[in-house]
Amino acid sequence: MNVKQTTVRERRLGITYSSPMGIWLTVFFMVPLLIIIAYSFLTKGLYGGVEFPITFDAYLQMANPNFMRVLLRTVWVTTLATALTIALALPCGYAMARSKHQTLWLGMVIVPFWTNSLIRIYAWIAILSSEGFLNEMLKALGFIKESLPLIYNQGAVTAVLIYMYIPFAILPLFTTIDKFDFGLLEAARDLGATKPQAIFKVLMPNIRSGIITSVIFTFIPIFGAYTVPLLVGGKDSYMIGNIIVDQVTKTRNWPLASAFSLIITLISTLGVLWMMTSTARERARIKQQPLKDREDTLGPSHNGLTSAGRVS
Amino acid sequence: MTTDVEKPPQRNGNHIKHKLIPSKLVSPPSGPQGPYRLPKNQHFRDHRRFGFSNIMLVLVILFLFAPLFVVITYSFNAAKGMRWTGLSLEWYKKLFFDSNELWRAFGNSIMIAFSSALVATMLGSLAAIGIKWYRFKARAYIQIASFLPMVLPEVIIGISMLIFFSAIKVQLGMFTIFAAHTTFNIPFVFLLVSARLDEFDFSIIEAARDLGATERQALFKVVIPSIMPGIVTSMLMSVTMSLEDFVITFFVSGPGSTTLPLYVYSMIRYGVSPVINSLSLVLILGIMILALTLRRFLKTIAASS
Repeated sequence: MNVKQTTVRERRLGITYSSPMGIWLTVFFMVPLLIIIAYSFLTKGLYGGVEFPITFDAYLQMANPNFMRVLLRTVWVTTLATALTIALALPCGYAMARSKHQTLWLGMVIVPFWTNSLIRIYAWIAILSSEGFLNEMLKALGFIKESLPLIYNQGAVTAVLIYMYIPFAILPLFTTIDKFDFGLLEAARDLGATKPQAIFKVLMPNIRSGIITSVIFTFIPIFGAYTVPLLVGGKDSYMIGNIIVDQVTKTRNWPLASAFSLIITLISTLGVLWMMTSTARERARIKQQPLKDREDTLGPSHNGLTSAGRVS
Repeated sequence: MTTDVEKPPQRNGNHIKHKLIPSKLVSPPSGPQGPYRLPKNQHFRDHRRFGFSNIMLVLVILFLFAPLFVVITYSFNAAKGMRWTGLSLEWYKKLFFDSNELWRAFGNSIMIAFSSALVATMLGSLAAIGIKWYRFKARAYIQIASFLPMVLPEVIIGISMLIFFSAIKVQLGMFTIFAAHTTFNIPFVFLLVSARLDEFDFSIIEAARDLGATERQALFKVVIPSIMPGIVTSMLMSVTMSLEDFVITFFVSGPGSTTLPLYVYSMIRYGVSPVINSLSLVLILGIMILALTLRRFLKTIAASS
């Protein structure tokens, strides 16, 4: 074993390779984030833009009951949609991991996932609107005479959000469950556990990090959702993403938009930290096991990249 | 991603079990299956063909595809609305021969997708190599910077870039869209290529260097060829994500830089035209071809998307 300490050459090479990306992300991602932080403490300019003096005005404006109502609704819709998404995605990930045709199922999940998000939202508009597919069908079959109000309400927003983000939950769950040794379930059953007991006491604790990852990667994008509430929601289903965009494009209140963005950024970062610590704890637990067992659980090339993804 | 920070870079290949044959430096992309895994097709008592989870899977897949099927079916409808009046190729004719603006938007999208994917792939792959194998001061910072854009909601990234570009007085247009797309593509390239590098043994580089290869020769003749599948996959992913993005593009686009998703958005908002239906089929077919091309890598993609 000859683990070298950091050498000058090594440091130079690392920087040569990584700095182009580092500089790019600093300029186009970190600096914009810093600007947002700074703007949230400034005053709204007369014609958009910002002015001095430094104030906490933007944060005080957030206490407006209208915004609070939207914020509460966003938290509620996001929690509901995330819970339903995970509840649907868990059995799917399990079934896919146990299937002999993993690639086929993955393809079936990925094709709608990669399809243009606007096309998918449009498809739901075409189905749910008052002269849409569903209403026309029901009318043609004689079940209803008048169109049902299926769209432009919170139910539609929740359903379409689940539709849009369920692949984000299925993929990490599949990846984690695929690494699970199903022989353990068999063993649990042989030792007298019922089927639900085997699932909840053996499978679930072992795929904890996958569940947390999929919660994070559904919760965060839904929390910041903008297009879905805009296109399939009504006035009563505005979410915080819509508020931010209105503040930027209509009211041109940049400090307020920045303050809201900062809040979302903080919540997202906290979620990610939670995910990271839980993954790290799991790895620490596995590290204490003898080497052979460890490889058994993690696989030789596991790299902790359980899953990470962003809406696109 | 998370634990790479504490883990020392893999300098010696002792931990790697498989034989190091240069052409097989990277294990086949069928998935990271360890040596102790049970065979996949082994069926246990508890897993029935028509069990709860399989039924749920089929239902969810139907849920995912149903709206797409409706749209595709109605793209062959003679009438404009959702009342079926007869079979017709009217909307395809209109899509291909009478939608100049749509195709101009498509051209813009393609231009941005390929340029941003190219730049993102180059920057991301190089950085993945640097971060994986070398230790230096800014390492942790670069890792965080490459991770955050992936987890923040799109609205936040879009707005922060919009505010940034107007703060430094850059005219919104094709360049700003290109910059934004490159930024959100970089993290995916970085992640996919890092995953690929995990299966690569650093001692090969040392061997190449010992045999007299310069750093550059080692990079271009040894490293890059063996992580090529990862690079190609991440580039195709980048192209797809760039073609697909609406929210971020919406904020950083200016006059004359309409991309396809922006055009579709204006079609939805200001008078739905059934041309969207026919366009959907074309796009879905494209995605299916892409998924088929990448079928060997779907598992790696699933692990990082």
